[in-house]
Amino acid sequence: MMARLAADLPPRSLWLIAALFAVLLVAPHFANDYLLTVLILILYLAYAGQAWNIMMGFAGQLSLGHALYVGLGAYTAATLYVHFGVGPWIGLLAAIPVAMLAGAVVGFLAFRFGVAGVYFAILTIAFAEFARIGFDHIGYTGGSAGLFLPVAQYTHNDLWNLRGQPIMFYYVMLALTVVALLICHALLRSRIGYFWFAIREDEEAARALGIDTFRYKMAAVVISAGMTAVAGVFFAFYYNNLFPEQVFLVSRSIELLLAPIIGGIGTLFGPAVGALVLTGLSEALTDLMQALGFDFPGAKQVFYGICLLLVVVALPEGIWPWLARRLGLRPRA
Amino acid sequence: MPLDVYLNVAISGLLTGLVYGLMALGLSVIFGVVRVVNFAHGEMMTIAMYLAIVLFQAFHLDPLIMMVPIAGVLFALGYVVQAGLINPFIDRPEHSQFMLMVAVATILVNVLLLIFGPDARSVQTSYAFDSFALGPIVVDATKVYAGLAAIVVATALFAFFRLSFLGKAIRACADNHVGALVVGLNVKRLYALTFGIGAACVGAAGAMLTLIIDVTPPLGPQYTLLAFVIVITGGLGSMPGALIGGVLIGMTEALAGLLFTPSAKSMFAFAILVLVLLFRPQGILGKRAA
Repeated sequence: MMARLAADLPPRSLWLIAALFAVLLVAPHFANDYLLTVLILILYLAYAGQAWNIMMGFAGQLSLGHALYVGLGAYTAATLYVHFGVGPWIGLLAAIPVAMLAGAVVGFLAFRFGVAGVYFAILTIAFAEFARIGFDHIGYTGGSAGLFLPVAQYTHNDLWNLRGQPIMFYYVMLALTVVALLICHALLRSRIGYFWFAIREDEEAARALGIDTFRYKMAAVVISAGMTAVAGVFFAFYYNNLFPEQVFLVSRSIELLLAPIIGGIGTLFGPAVGALVLTGLSEALTDLMQALGFDFPGAKQVFYGICLLLVVVALPEGIWPWLARRLGLRPRA
Repeated sequence: MPLDVYLNVAISGLLTGLVYGLMALGLSVIFGVVRVVNFAHGEMMTIAMYLAIVLFQAFHLDPLIMMVPIAGVLFALGYVVQAGLINPFIDRPEHSQFMLMVAVATILVNVLLLIFGPDARSVQTSYAFDSFALGPIVVDATKVYAGLAAIVVATALFAFFRLSFLGKAIRACADNHVGALVVGLNVKRLYALTFGIGAACVGAAGAMLTLIIDVTPPLGPQYTLLAFVIVITGGLGSMPGALIGGVLIGMTEALAGLLFTPSAKSMFAFAILVLVLLFRPQGILGKRAA
C-alpha cells in the first residue's frame, strides 16, 4: 500500500510528507504539556474529520450528526470498561459494530425512502439528538449525571488499557490518523472510491451507469460510522468522562466537520490541514485574548467566527487545494 | 389525571405552537425562495429576543407592541446578510453555504454572549400572571396574546404573498428562477427582500416568545433546530405547513412533558420528524418534488 501511495505522488510531496511525519514523531519530546494536549486535539479532529470526509467528501452525503457515532463508540467502550473491566482495544470490537449498525439504520431509512440533501442532514441531526436525550435518561450509563472512568496519577503507560500519560495518547492518535489516511487513500484508488465520486457528482447519472447507488451510499455511511466510533473510544479514555449533553450535541457534530470543510472537502490532506489551522487559530486567539486582557466569555468565539467566515468567503474549495497549488504540488488552476 | 388537565396543557401547547409556527414560517419562506438553509435562524431570533428585553427593561415597552419595530430591525439584518453574504454563495454547493451560515451563527451567539452574559433574562409584564377561564379550561393570558399575534402576522404574510405585486414577484422567483430572470425581475434584490421578510417573521416570533420563556444566548442553536423540525414536518416551502407543523410540535412537546418527563419532551418532536421524513418526506402539506 505504501508503494502505491508513493507511486501516485510527485517526489516533492513525498519529501514534504516524510518531513512532516518526522516532525510529528519527535514533536512530543520538545513540546510542553500544554502544546502536547493541543497536538492531541489536532490529531483527534484530523482523524474524526477524515472519517466524516468519507461520507461527505467522497460520497456526497452531508451528515450533520456524526456526534452520534462518536458518542455511541465512546459510551459502548466506556460502559464495557466501567461495568465489566473490558479494555478499550476489546471494547473497539463492540464499539465499531454498534456505530456501524447505527449508521446502517440511519442510512437504510434515509436512502431507502429517498431522503437526500438538506433533509438527510436534518435526519442525521435528529438521530443524534434522539441519542442525546435517550442517554440522558439511561441510568445504567450514568444518565445526565455522566459516566466516569477511573482516574489516577499514572507513572507508567498501560497501552493495553489506555491508562497513562498524554504522550501515550499522542502516539496512539498519531497512529490512528496515519492509518485513517492510508485507508482513505486505498478507498479512493479502489472501485468503491470511483463509484462514490460518481454518486457525489451526479447520482442519477451514476445510477444510469449501473452503479447500485443505495449499496455504495450504505457502504459510505457504515465505513464512516465505524471509523468515527474509534475516535469516540479514544475520546472516552482520553477525557475519562462522558456526558450526553457534551458528547451528542449538534455543536459537537459541527466541530467534527469544520476541519474537513475548511481544509478542503473530499481531499486526503484537507481534514488534517483544517484541524491544524482551526485548532491553531483557536489556541492563538485564547492566548491573544488573555494577553490583551479581553478575556470575556464569547470574545474568542466571535473572532473565531469571523476567521471562519473569511476563509469560507476567500477559499471556496478549502485551504488544502489552495496550499497545494502554492507549494507546486498540483497544477495551478 | 382528569381530562381538563390534558386539555389545558394541549391548548397551552397549541398557543406556543402558533408562535413556533411563525418562527418556522420565516425559515420556510427563506428556503422556499432562496433555496438556502438558514442555519442561523434561531440565532437571529435571539437577537430579536434581546432587543425586546432591552426595550422592556429600559423603557417598559411591551414586547407585543415592540415586535413591529423589532421585526423591522430584523428585516434590515436579514436584507444585509442576504445581499452582502449569501447572494455571492447562491451557486456554491450546499456544504459551503452551510459553513457560511455556521460562521454567521457563531458570531451572532457570541456577540450576544459578550454583551449580555450567560444569565437568563425574562420580561415581567403587568399581565404576566393573568389568565382566561373558559369553564374548566384556564389559559395564560400571555400565551393567548402571543398566539393571536402570531396568527395576525402569519395572515398578513399570506396576504402579502397572494395579493401584492412584490409578493407575486417573489413567488415567481421561487417557482422558476430562470423565468423570473427572463421577465426582468431583479432576482438578487428579491432574494434579499425575502431573507429580510423571513428574518422579520422570526423577529416578531422572538419578541412574542420573550413573554413565554427565559432568554439565554445558547437558545439560538436550539431554536434553529426546532425551526427545522417544524418546517420539515409541515413541508419545507409550504406556508400553512409551517404553522401546522408548529402547532403539532408545540402540542406534542407540551403533552409529552406532562405524560413523561419535561426533559424528554423534545425526543418526541424528533420522533415525529423521523416518522415524517420516512413516510412523507415532503412533509404534511408539502408537494412532492418532481
